[in-house]
Order: sequence, then C-alpha cells, then structure tokens
Amino acid sequence: MSTALKELGGFIEAKRPDCVISWEVERGELTVSVAPSNIRGLVEFLKTEPTCRFTSLVDITAVDWPQRARRFDVVYHFLSMHQNHRIRLRVPIREDDTVPSITGVHPSANWFEREVFDMFGILFTGHPDLRRILTDYGFRGHPLRKDFPTTGYTEVRYDEAQKRVVYEPVSLVQEYRQFDFMSPWESAEYVLPGDEKSEEGAK
Amino acid sequence: MMDGSNQFGDVETGEQKIRNFNINFGPQHPAAHGVLRLVLELDGEIVERCDPHIGLLHRGTEKLMESRTYLQNLPYFDRLDYVGTMNQEHAWCLVIEKLTDTPVPRRAQLIRVLYCEIGRILNHLLNVTTQAMDVGALTPPLWGFEEREKLMIFYERASGARLHAAYFRPGGVHQDLPPELIDDIDEWSRAFPKVLDDIDELLTENRIFKQRNADVGVVTQEEAQEWGFSGVMVRGSGMAWDLRRAQPYECYDEFDFKIPVGKNGDCYDRYLIRMEEMRQSIHIMQQACEKLRQPENQGDILARGKVTPPKRGAMKTSMEALIHHFKLYTEGFHVPEGEVYCAVEAPKGEFGVYLVADGTNKPYRAKLRAPGYLHLQAMDHVTKKHQLADVAAILGSMDIVFGEVDR
Repeated sequence: MSTALKELGGFIEAKRPDCVISWEVERGELTVSVAPSNIRGLVEFLKTEPTCRFTSLVDITAVDWPQRARRFDVVYHFLSMHQNHRIRLRVPIREDDTVPSITGVHPSANWFEREVFDMFGILFTGHPDLRRILTDYGFRGHPLRKDFPTTGYTEVRYDEAQKRVVYEPVSLVQEYRQFDFMSPWESAEYVLPGDEKSEEGAK
Repeated sequence: MMDGSNQFGDVETGEQKIRNFNINFGPQHPAAHGVLRLVLELDGEIVERCDPHIGLLHRGTEKLMESRTYLQNLPYFDRLDYVGTMNQEHAWCLVIEKLTDTPVPRRAQLIRVLYCEIGRILNHLLNVTTQAMDVGALTPPLWGFEEREKLMIFYERASGARLHAAYFRPGGVHQDLPPELIDDIDEWSRAFPKVLDDIDELLTENRIFKQRNADVGVVTQEEAQEWGFSGVMVRGSGMAWDLRRAQPYECYDEFDFKIPVGKNGDCYDRYLIRMEEMRQSIHIMQQACEKLRQPENQGDILARGKVTPPKRGAMKTSMEALIHHFKLYTEGFHVPEGEVYCAVEAPKGEFGVYLVADGTNKPYRAKLRAPGYLHLQAMDHVTKKHQLADVAAILGSMDIVFGEVDR
C-alpha cells in the first residue's frame, strides 16, 4: 500500500514540480504540501490525470497553529474511487493570505470552503457565495481559532418583558472547567503558589 | 418622470407582474427531518432555486472536543448521527487505534461488526419508513419502529443505553456480550426478514410510492462524484463503491456479503438499495453470531494496555492497576503526535475523522466529515426543475440527519 503511495507521490512531484513543495507517506497516508497559489491547478491535474483520478473531494478543513508564522494549514482530502486511493493536500498560509477557491473544479468544495471561512476566517478568492454557514445569523468571530474561547462571547435567551430573543455578553456562574493534568514534577510551565520563594532560595 | 424609471406600476400588464415566489420550507416542517430551513424559489410549483440554511443544530462539537480527553470525546460521536450511533464511535476508535498502534482483539472486532450492522439496520429502517411517510404512507413507520425498538434493546443489553451507547472504546469494546444476547440477536435476525418482506409488500409495488419516487431526483455517476457523494447515494447511481469492501477495516474482509447497486440513480433505486442492504446486514450479523460462538473467538474484548482500563479483578489486588485506572479516567491517555484520517462506511455514507494529535491527552484538532453534509449541499442541484412535492421525497432519500450535518 505505502509503496504504491510513494510511487504516486514521486509521480506527482515529477509531473508538477512547480506545485509540490514536499510530500511524505506516513501511516499509510500520502500528504503533499502545496503553495496556495498553485492549489487550483494541482487539484485540476489530480482530477484529470489518469493515474490519479481523484474525482471525489472528501473534505476541506483547516488547522490553527497560532505560534507559527504561517498560522493556518488548509487541508484537503481527495478520494479516487477508480484507483482506490486517497491523498491529502496541505496548504500552509499566513493569517492574511487568501486561498484560491476550487469550486470550479469540484462543486462540492462550496460548503466546505464556506465552513472553513466561517470557522477560521480564511478567505477563498473566486468563491461564488462566501457566507457563514454553521454559526448563527449575524455571528461574529471565528470559533475554531485557538484564541476563541469555547464559551463564546454572547449568550441568547428569550426575554419575557421585551417578547423577543435577546443577545447578552456571556456571564458564567462558575469558571469554565479547564482541568490541567500536567504533573508539576514533569513539564508544567506555571509556578505553584509558595514555590516562587524556593526558586529564589536556590539562587 | 421621463428618465425611464417606471413609477406607474399600473401601466404594467398582469403578465409582467408575475415574479417567482419564495417560500421557507422549515425549520419546523415534519418532512424537513429536523431543523432544516430551505429557502425555495418557486415558479408555480417548479423549484427554481433551493438554498438550504443549516447550522440550526450546531453545537460546536469540534471546538468542544479540543478541550476534552480522547475518552471523554467518544460520547460526542453518538450525538452526531443519532440514528446509527455506534458506526461513528467506530471511526473515532479507528483513528486513535491507528495513531497509538493498538491492536484490537478478535472478539472485539466481531462484536464491532455485529453492532455496526445493527446500526445500519436501525438507520435504514428509520430512513425507508419515514421516507414512505413523507410521500404519504403511514403504516411502514409503525411497523419499522417496532423492529427498531427490539434492536435498541440489544443496544441496551450490551451497553446500558438505548441510543447514545458509548460502547466502542479505543482498543475494543466496553463489555463482553453474554451468550444469551448473541442467541437472541441470532434469533431476531431469523425473524426479521419476514417483517422486511411485509414492508416490501407495502411499498415496493405500491403505485403511489412508485409515482412519487421513480425518476425523481436522478443522480448520474458523474454528478455523484462531482458532489462528493458516498454510501447509498453513489451506489444508487450504479457504482459498486462500499468502504467495507474497497478499503476493508476491522475484519469485514472475512465476511460474505453483496453490494447492491442501482441502475437509474433515482429515489426509488435508493430505496431498493436500502432494503437490500438490510438483508445483507442480516446475513453479516448471522455470520458474526456464528463466529462469536466459536471457541477460538472467545477471550478478552479490550487490548489491555495504556489506552484501556485494567480488569476489575486486577484493581482489587494490584496497586499499579488501581493507579492506572485512576489516571486513565482523570488524565486520560496520551496519543503520539501525528495526523490521521480514518473513514468507515456509516449507514449514510463515508463518515470520516481527521485527527491532528500533538502528543497530549486531548486532540489538537478533530474534523468530523459527515456524509449528509455533502448530500444536502447538492439539494440545489438535484431539486432544480422538480416539483415542490418532490423536495420532500428527495430530502427523504438523501437520508439527512441534522446531528451530523450541523455538528
């Protein structure tokens, strides 16, 4: 399985050296890194080339790495029902970069790109209708970014006096439970109360 | 006014005033199968445009998963497609097992196959019968739900829960099946074809059912690939694509079953395929029950190790086992760094999980790929130029459940 994928990775790199930054086969899965400007051309190539024939788009998503300069990875999964293999394309981009839309090649990319825009705020150029999809009408922010709190910023309730649904800032009755299971003896980065003195004493 | 703007609407004839009519289908409509809002643009009774508004059941599952341990995340999968719950837990277990290289004991694999097929029948029974209800029949859901009830009792006897089972665990299944349960499932699978035949008799040659479904919502092979369809939606269009056969996971390659394929790609073909798939599932279940009784397939149902709890007896005598149990259910296990995509043939199509792990006890990012998301996306394409009444039939045959579409 992985030898066939290695051949495929080498083949794609040989055919489109301008598109492929790098590729690897790990755990039986082929991942190709692509520059954002070339994604549309490569996807079209993968769809039409007889040895690839990745005719079904499986998924488009993104991963947020806030500490990296290229903050987001946009990840594409494709499936070939003809050759029975899968491929993953990874497009690392900066926060203010845009990605060309692939809706012209795969119409099914439409909602996936809307979802990535909704959840991460990544813009796709050439998308016919880049609206929010999963979040509320009039929602602000991009929930799957790592700097977005899990509780969100607003909460809704029905107001009996005003006879309508009102939006209010989140007020938590107790702090959001985020347990830290790191052992202080292993790799915790915080200083436990009282320990700051012992640090000074050691110096 | 001489600038060409028409301020005198009464100058227009009645014919010029005709414009398309916009209606909201849902979010509170029994045929919308949950909270779907379709904005339909109608020319008379013909659908010109269909814009699904989804997200009304969005619970932020993927965000919640990032702050919970791998084991705590498992029950979220029951709440995606709440009809065939165990099939989705399966996908989550498979990604974890792939990243941690955990081998699944043979008996657990057989139990998983058995319960995945029960899930498939649960799903298809609900879909076939409610679709019949959408096009006007009332008896099939009553008959089908009686069998669903029996199947959910099998769920309950294995896991304690009728719907949100949390039964599949990374490394196996939570508890072993008692032999009486295997006998009862086997016995049920002998009786069920009779019920299936009854439903078959009600629907398959029913004139109304055929008129509402045959040649409605035709999907060609090219369209099915363009729109990223999977499961019954591609098989209805004539492609024999089934992940259980094409990319076998667990021990599906040992089982003997056939993959039904449609000819016309319409709603009626998809109905026929679901009926046949239930018969094939029964066949698989009977094989699984047979294998579960064989002496070589007895034994443990969890791969004892880091990702699974120790045996109850060991905890009474071994301090290490007790610590392990405590740490597993508080801190959880750590999954090595890496990224993995695993897919299973869920009853609705390819359900996949893309997991990015960073070596801690929580997933860094988990993307749930739901088959219904893509099927619903194609609504505009498939319903265009259909009658308004066909929208309900097409929606029913696509098998949409909002738990997984909205996530």
